[in-house]
Amino acid sequence: MKNIRTVALRTAALGAIVIALAACGSNNNKTANNANKPASAAATQAAPATAASATRAATPAAATTSAAAASAAAATPSGPAKTVKIGAAFSLTGAAAQYGATQKNGAQLAVDEINASNYVPGVKIDLIVDDDASAKDQAINVFQQFINSDKVAAILGPTLSNSALAADPIAQQAKVPVLGVSNTGEGITTIGDYIFRDSLAEADVVPQTVQVSLQKLNYKTAAVMYANDDAFSKAGYNAFKGALDKNNVKIVDTETFSTNDKDFSAQLTNVKNAKPDVIVVSALLDPAVGIATQARKLGLTQPIIGGNGFNSPAFIKNAGDAAEGVIVGAAWNSASDNPLSKKFIQAYQAKYGSPPDQFAAQAYTGVYILAEAMKLANSTDREGIRSGLLKIKDFPTVLGTFNFTPGRDAQHQAVIQIVKNGQFVPLQ
Amino acid sequence: MAQQIVNGIFAGSIYALFAVGYTLVFGILDILNLAHQAVFMMAAFAALQAVLKWKWNFGPALLFATAIAGVLGILIYYIAYRPLRRRPDTYFSTLISTIAFAAILEALALRWYGARTSRFPLNTFPDHTFHIGSAAFTLLQAVIVAGALVLTLGLQALVRYTRLGKAMRAVAENERAARVLGIDVERVVLVSFAISSALGGIAGVMYGLVYNSVAPGMGHAVELKGLSVIVLGGMGSIPGAVLGGFLLGLVEVASVAQLGSNTRDAVAFIVLFAILLLRPRGLFGRRLVREV
Repeated sequence: MKNIRTVALRTAALGAIVIALAACGSNNNKTANNANKPASAAATQAAPATAASATRAATPAAATTSAAAASAAAATPSGPAKTVKIGAAFSLTGAAAQYGATQKNGAQLAVDEINASNYVPGVKIDLIVDDDASAKDQAINVFQQFINSDKVAAILGPTLSNSALAADPIAQQAKVPVLGVSNTGEGITTIGDYIFRDSLAEADVVPQTVQVSLQKLNYKTAAVMYANDDAFSKAGYNAFKGALDKNNVKIVDTETFSTNDKDFSAQLTNVKNAKPDVIVVSALLDPAVGIATQARKLGLTQPIIGGNGFNSPAFIKNAGDAAEGVIVGAAWNSASDNPLSKKFIQAYQAKYGSPPDQFAAQAYTGVYILAEAMKLANSTDREGIRSGLLKIKDFPTVLGTFNFTPGRDAQHQAVIQIVKNGQFVPLQ
Repeated sequence: MAQQIVNGIFAGSIYALFAVGYTLVFGILDILNLAHQAVFMMAAFAALQAVLKWKWNFGPALLFATAIAGVLGILIYYIAYRPLRRRPDTYFSTLISTIAFAAILEALALRWYGARTSRFPLNTFPDHTFHIGSAAFTLLQAVIVAGALVLTLGLQALVRYTRLGKAMRAVAENERAARVLGIDVERVVLVSFAISSALGGIAGVMYGLVYNSVAPGMGHAVELKGLSVIVLGGMGSIPGAVLGGFLLGLVEVASVAQLGSNTRDAVAFIVLFAILLLRPRGLFGRRLVREV
């Protein structure tokens, strides 16, 4: 009798241990998967080798990821163009894969345009895109690869603030300029004087979001929900809380969740009982979709005001009707009448067959900012690019007139938008 | 409050459905099939494939996914279980082989669908919300709770009253004696794997649909919960697994609502630990007298 019981218990205990081990293992697998990731990783490995041996002939460009880059190089046959390598760490897999895909497209489009138009005289940009897998450890690997083996002049990315907090210090130490094109969390540019970003921080957008939405909806109370295991979501929460307090909006309920949660019913039920005028949510895309749809199913009808994680066409697509009326502050909106923005949308649509989102626009702008910095500094090395970035002033971009703050953060006008008939439109 | 109870019952019904399959194999063979969570995930993808790519209705897609899950159960039996059956210390070797099987399925799902979250189209299931008092729930949630109850009761009836069920119990009691009595033990075990996996598959489709999120790693969220549910309910006990599932759902919702989201998993495992200490047999554990 005792025998069977102990066997059963032992098996259960073993099971628990083994699952825990498997969980650790799966993390490693992720890294391994990326190491094996066939196309882009292999191509980026191959590129530097060819470039080194072929003494800067026209051919090495062909080894880069994009065929378009190759044809651009072929179009200007002679002239010993100098090639400057830019590393881009984007989340092509994992939780932020939706963002990474359009970032890659946006950046590549800018590189193709810049190379074709000889934007920086005599310089060709070679964009090396690698996958940070939406994970800190992988972002660090990619940064080390960029800095030590690829010897890039500057780095774009990584996609998530969480990853940036882990990986940017490595670039700072190696004195390689980093331009974040989607990091909106706190404490990114304070890592050091080589870290820049062209993405408006939540702390800049959120006060504008609260102010404009307050004028429209005139709410008195709010419930706030945020993921407390994610740097970006937490920064958004702090910004919302500050802005709401400043405008005398009473926070009647605060709920937390994990970014990987699927079930938000317990938290939303608490929100429902608190009867707020509006629901404020700071979350990445997946939980944002879950919260919006589950809130509507639970019969919550209040307007939802969201942070940057809501700001993607994928949010509208995945949340469907539940997305209607959601208010989001953003660094960029496709309805903008900025001529550069219109031109960008057209070119992007032509090249990829789908409309760009804010992440594509910021990545596209990021490449132009780096190119402008090379031009201003008349240099393509790491120090030169950094000093050029510091010289940028009132630079006209897709995002509007662009400046860096003294703290190397982005400075430009935000747009407050609302979802109407399945589209983001400016809230006016 | 009423709403929180509804939330808990609902989350619990998915745990119950998942754990019932888990506990069936455990009850009969005293082994944990750790590929169960991967079957859960693959079935969700199978249904997604049918709805998204082949434009099937949800009903046939669910049947298809259930069948796929059943077939996967049979494969687990032939590949991960049977070759190790006669070896010493089957408990440990089958844990490893079923984990390997799960890893293979996850890798396949990653290859076919990528790591990002896939979703069912929004109109896959009729969207209708009921209100009872202050509580709201959707038609889908009602169907899931009812389905979980019907399926688990059905399974209990099968084990209790049918010939196959009798054979299963005989194998659970004493495999050698069952063989001597002329029971086709291999067939009984095979069928158990198929039924267990089919139930896990249905749980996976429901989970993927109701949270509208299907990803290769989705099984990890439920596998440890499933384990604590079967320990809570009494290892091998079907009514225990059902009750354990609902209890865990309620405990989880209560802890999130009262203590915050950080405590969700902690509470689940504190419950598991407490049960192991205080009542090793679980709530409905068998009186283990068969070898006395």
